[in-house]
Amino acid sequence: MDSVFRNRGATLLMLTPALLVYTVVMLIPIVWSVTYTFQSGNAVTGFEFVGFDNWIAFFGDATAMDALWFTLRYAIVMTTLQVAAGYGLALLYIFFLRNKSSLVRATIFFPVILPTVAVALMFSRMFEAAPTAGPVNTILMWLGGDLTDFLGDPGYSFWVIIIMDVWRSMGFYAVLLYAGLVEIPQDIMESARIDGASGWKLVRKIVFPLSLPILLSSIIFSINGTLKVFDSIVALTNGGPGSATTPLTLYMFRTSFAYGQYGYGSTVAFMLTLLCLIATVFVFRSMRKDVTR
Amino acid sequence: MSATQPNLSAPQRSRKPLSVMLRRIPGWVGVALILLTVIYPMFWILMGSFKTQPEFLSEPFWALPQQWNLDNYVSAFVEGGLGTYIKNSVLAVFPSLGLILLFGTAAAYALQILVWKGRSLILVLFLAGIMIPTQMILLPLFTVYFNVGITSTIWPLIITYTAIGMPLTVFMIATFMRAIPSEVFEAATLDGANVYRIFWNITVPLVKNAIFTVALVQFFFLWNDLLIALTFVTKADLRTIQVGLLNFTGQYGAVDYGPLFAGISVTVFGTLALYIFLNKKVMAGMTSGAVKG
Repeated sequence: MDSVFRNRGATLLMLTPALLVYTVVMLIPIVWSVTYTFQSGNAVTGFEFVGFDNWIAFFGDATAMDALWFTLRYAIVMTTLQVAAGYGLALLYIFFLRNKSSLVRATIFFPVILPTVAVALMFSRMFEAAPTAGPVNTILMWLGGDLTDFLGDPGYSFWVIIIMDVWRSMGFYAVLLYAGLVEIPQDIMESARIDGASGWKLVRKIVFPLSLPILLSSIIFSINGTLKVFDSIVALTNGGPGSATTPLTLYMFRTSFAYGQYGYGSTVAFMLTLLCLIATVFVFRSMRKDVTR
Repeated sequence: MSATQPNLSAPQRSRKPLSVMLRRIPGWVGVALILLTVIYPMFWILMGSFKTQPEFLSEPFWALPQQWNLDNYVSAFVEGGLGTYIKNSVLAVFPSLGLILLFGTAAAYALQILVWKGRSLILVLFLAGIMIPTQMILLPLFTVYFNVGITSTIWPLIITYTAIGMPLTVFMIATFMRAIPSEVFEAATLDGANVYRIFWNITVPLVKNAIFTVALVQFFFLWNDLLIALTFVTKADLRTIQVGLLNFTGQYGAVDYGPLFAGISVTVFGTLALYIFLNKKVMAGMTSGAVKG
């Protein structure tokens, strides 16, 4: 049977299209981008070699540092909240709704596949203050609060982004974690119950430790996604007010395409790539000790 | 899953006592509130798509529209160009999707079923592409597209989408192929099938479901893409639906709510229609992509 599958011609024929597209459109540009970090200029004006100037400039650039800080803050807050919300929902599906959960699961999952731009436009209308007060402001004023320009205030707009993205993603993490939780063997749960564990104790001592591997996957997946946040912020605040909600992704986009600085843009993109790598390795290392304990 | 409290007494499954039902009321209220926060924003947008501009400015947000006509939808399509945007999205997404599935499935077969030296290395190479931020490849690609002179066509989108979809597709389909029992291939070789026949008549039918699942994941991913479309679309009449929606506000100067809400409704409820038909597959696909990616 081996001889049928040891077929050089077939291998070449079937692998080449995918590998060629992948190499030409992804692998080569990645390396090419790294060489851009040592140059200044752009596709229209031409390039000039500048050594490590871009790298040095990055660490001395206050806007870049703000963007880095925003990215980190967003990634940490978002990962915590969306995985926690997802875990809460997954527990709700399993222990409260049990076999009646499928419609609720499907409904809460639906925002996941909605176009981010549509969701962002929807939320910016919900939190609007002018020209007309949106639902959120109307309810707040009803409760005795003041008209607040949520998207015009740096502190509030961060949280509006967070609320929107938790709304968008909680159903996803709920289904992901639910899939992990239903695989916990029934007999383990039964024997824990017979030993007298119930309610929170059961969750804390039995369910939580057994679901650590799937939690690890969720957290890694979440960090990787949130560090790359772009769509929701562009569509909701476009980085504003000022540059208060500008992540690295958007800053890279601005420097490259609005100011035509390809070299500096590539440097920002490279830093983002490094950040993704470091975060993944870090989470994986620190969590694995817990999982295998 | 049975009850969270130990059920030591004789089975009384037929009817729960009233006190148990009452104790579950707060839980059901919680579930209802969560569902309300998911559903209400979409309902609000749908109602808004029938309102006139004065209704937005003077009526409270919860008021129902005073008329039920499609004026806003007509102006979203005629003046807003929503039809063109949808056409562009279809023209960019479906050819890419076809190429991704064709190339990806063939490559997965070459990497998982065919036997040759170095195949696991190439699989890891594909896998690495999942983590790299898209920002890392935008600038070199833009330079090339600019120099080749295709920036005013839909081609940059098709080429980039095809490459971006490749890593996850190859990886997921290869994972599903790994699950096929080797007896299947042994039997096929004994019957004298050649390597292409085994691919087309045996392997592809066996992973048909997986291919469909991957197709769904990639469809939503590409359809909702903003970053790549925003970078490579330089002409207004080539805008995809996401870029078009983003510019909807700008185009009307002062925010013209009705057509904007109509545009959001079209994208949201178009997605909903697809989701209702396919919800189980969508959920399974999106989450399996996450865990394995």
